[in-house]
Amino acid sequence: MPCIESSGQMTEMAVQILAAMTEGAGLDQVAEKTNLPLYRVRSAARELAEAGLVESSNEIFVLTADGRAALAKARGHA
Amino acid sequence: METTLQEKAAPAFPRLGQPAPAFEAQTTQGTLRLEDFKGSWLILFSHPADFTPVCTTEFVAFAQLAPEFKKRGVELCGLSIDSTYSHIAWIRNIEEKFGVKIPFPVIADLNKEVATLYGMIMPGESKTETSRCVFVIDPNGVLRAMIYYPLTTGRNMQEILRLIDALQTTDKYGVATPANWKPGDKVIVPPPATYEAAQERMKAGFETKDWYFSLKAL
Repeated sequence: MPCIESSGQMTEMAVQILAAMTEGAGLDQVAEKTNLPLYRVRSAARELAEAGLVESSNEIFVLTADGRAALAKARGHA
Repeated sequence: METTLQEKAAPAFPRLGQPAPAFEAQTTQGTLRLEDFKGSWLILFSHPADFTPVCTTEFVAFAQLAPEFKKRGVELCGLSIDSTYSHIAWIRNIEEKFGVKIPFPVIADLNKEVATLYGMIMPGESKTETSRCVFVIDPNGVLRAMIYYPLTTGRNMQEILRLIDALQTTDKYGVATPANWKPGDKVIVPPPATYEAAQERMKAGFETKDWYFSLKAL
């Protein structure tokens, strides 16, 4: 999976995308912040939502509690 | 029962000017859906098989021209009836042996689902490989052009780029493009559809050979 390895570890791309969503963002904004193509952001957002790390309302994506924890862990915070 | 088998065997064939067939597929960049590309132009192209010579030259050529496609708001997506593992090994090999990084996703269409939807398999050439097909899909998801080449003959990427320029020019200016058109050349003014408009056309100030044939510079 491009966002979550089979080991459960998040990829660098996933970390970038989660970071771009910390204060809520539309996918166009995430693509601009991460410099990733929009199609990759859409695909990744779907995968992250299926993993319970992000959720969306009115096309704005925010981190869930699990997403915030996963991002903190990936960044090496307790 | 026989009818059902016949229906299953009959390949689909997409039509220009209609929504491109939707799909979800495993690729070298994860699971992608056609709708993920909405808002961009998309060139969906197939090749017969990984680790084959003509296909390798095509991948190299597409990768080298990828920045030009990107400038025009075009994404690329390849496809063959090979596994993601084969794709990954092949694009790593291309990077190692040819020094070219492949930036676009490649669909691993092992169950031939996308190939069948798009009519990519030509049984007269091969029942197990896709021919060299190109589908140009616009930002609204409409199929705008198709190119079909045989297994033996590598495609011309400059022609595909020219095709994109022509379609984008048509969309921007409401004109058609003549044979061998390239950016900077004169374009065709759509012919008048009524008698009165045909009369007016002769006085409109275009480069007009006859009422149905007018060129103009952009």
